[in-house]
Amino acid sequence: MSGGFTEFLPTGIEITYLVAASLFIVGLKQLGSPATARRGNLIAAIGMFLAIVATLLNQSVLNYQMILVGVVVGSLVGAIAAQKVEMTAMPQMVGLLNGLGGAASTLIAVGEYWRLMGTGNPVPLDATVTIILSVLIGNITLTGSFLAFAKLQSLVSGSPVTYPLQQPINILLLVGFLAGSAYLITTAIDPTIFLVINGISLLLGVLFVLPIGGADMPVVISLLNSFSGLAASAAGFVLMNNMLIIAGALVGASGIILTQIMCKAMNRSLASVLFGAFGGATKATGGASGTQQDKIVRSIGAEEGAMMLGYARSVVIVPGYGMAVAQAQHTVRELADQLEKMGVEVKYAIHPVAGRMPGHMNVLLAEANVPYPQLYDMDDINPEFERTDVALVIGANDVVNPAARSDANSPIYGMPILEVDKAQHTIVIKRGMSAGFAGVENDLFYKDKTMMLFGGAKDMVAQLVSEVKQL
Amino acid sequence: MTAGLLTGLVVFVLASFVGFEVINKVPPTLHTPLMSGANAISGIAVIGAVLIAGAQEWNVTVILGLIAVVLATVNVVGGFLVTDRMLQMFKKKEVKA
Repeated sequence: MSGGFTEFLPTGIEITYLVAASLFIVGLKQLGSPATARRGNLIAAIGMFLAIVATLLNQSVLNYQMILVGVVVGSLVGAIAAQKVEMTAMPQMVGLLNGLGGAASTLIAVGEYWRLMGTGNPVPLDATVTIILSVLIGNITLTGSFLAFAKLQSLVSGSPVTYPLQQPINILLLVGFLAGSAYLITTAIDPTIFLVINGISLLLGVLFVLPIGGADMPVVISLLNSFSGLAASAAGFVLMNNMLIIAGALVGASGIILTQIMCKAMNRSLASVLFGAFGGATKATGGASGTQQDKIVRSIGAEEGAMMLGYARSVVIVPGYGMAVAQAQHTVRELADQLEKMGVEVKYAIHPVAGRMPGHMNVLLAEANVPYPQLYDMDDINPEFERTDVALVIGANDVVNPAARSDANSPIYGMPILEVDKAQHTIVIKRGMSAGFAGVENDLFYKDKTMMLFGGAKDMVAQLVSEVKQL
Repeated sequence: MTAGLLTGLVVFVLASFVGFEVINKVPPTLHTPLMSGANAISGIAVIGAVLIAGAQEWNVTVILGLIAVVLATVNVVGGFLVTDRMLQMFKKKEVKA
């Protein structure tokens, strides 16, 4: 009898799973509000603990000494990683953890296939289909996430990689995967073909993330987050385990919601993010930059910048990925403190896709002890720029480019932006005049009201702090 | 399609709808913690791993299952702890007058 794990579990375990699933739902709900988020996370963790304990009590689990060793090792690694990781490295951490979830789902599917092969009976159709699906999603999540990690960690270039025949190659691989799957479904058990489709799906994960560049990472990370849930669900179908199916579906849904929010914030469809290769495709517009050469850029020093900030009534700080790279969030907070001491009203304007993952800037500023009521969403802060004396842009570029509003030919046209150009003055801290991720010149830098402070984010903000202190 | 698969499909679709309803309208401040918390939940794969690693004798399935147990536990523990660490920082301090 090949029933094995797909047999129904004892009632007590099923009930515990139901409780755990409910705790996940309550936990996720509470994660949606700042006041209850921490408790929500704890509730979800309790749900997970219950589910694991119930599973260990299952009679078919005999090998529990080894499993406990595995759990202890995994817990130690996870706990150390969670303690050590820098807040600026959070996108990488989430990417890596996504990948591990995908890997686990794949291993489950492969392990189950091997077990079914060992029984000597033909593998049932249902099992083959669900295993193939699980392998596909799990492997794409695994290699896609690891590549996203490598890009974020700058182990490989973060810029979009394009090569000739990109789409035909992808389609060819997909056809190969489908052909292999069809063979396994219709004909027979074949470990070689099974390993081949595993290989193809691993490759697909790499090729899927390869053409996607840095600033599109919030979309990719959210999407892979969703995939890691779907991978768990697929593994649930393989083992006919409702707990896995439910938890996976919840995560899948939350990832999709975040993906939608991120796409909307960039005014781009998911398809254009995945297949558009943003930075690469827009090189043509670089030619137009010749005309920009004649325009005048006003560059100022830290002293003058500090004077503008210190004697302003209201300042809005606009952080971007440059702040994260320079780890300047604490220095930025220090500057805000100094300004507030002088009676300046300081607010932070957060663009939804600033940084490399959803909410990246919020996490960094929270780490620097900025109270979250001081952080304003795009829709709330945009009407305020007209009444703002100085907008201070730190390491952000495309999200403040007025071309998105006015230039229908710009690749970023239509993307909602933070309207810093409407402030009385804008100070931009930037290392040089290079274009942003999208490869688009930023007209903001040439406006009369814009002052450029050339330098690294952390260094420059630190200079501002000391100059403000001397005012 | 067997009854089991069909039931699984029903559960999957309903749970997805619950997910959409529950998570909609999360403020941007919580996007990252929501993502890493959800990510920890996707480590639920650990129980699947425990089930296939459960056999007494050593074979390929058990070995793959044990590797999966380790990886999924890293996902679960790392995910929940890092989320907690982040959420600890989100404090609503009284804004200075």
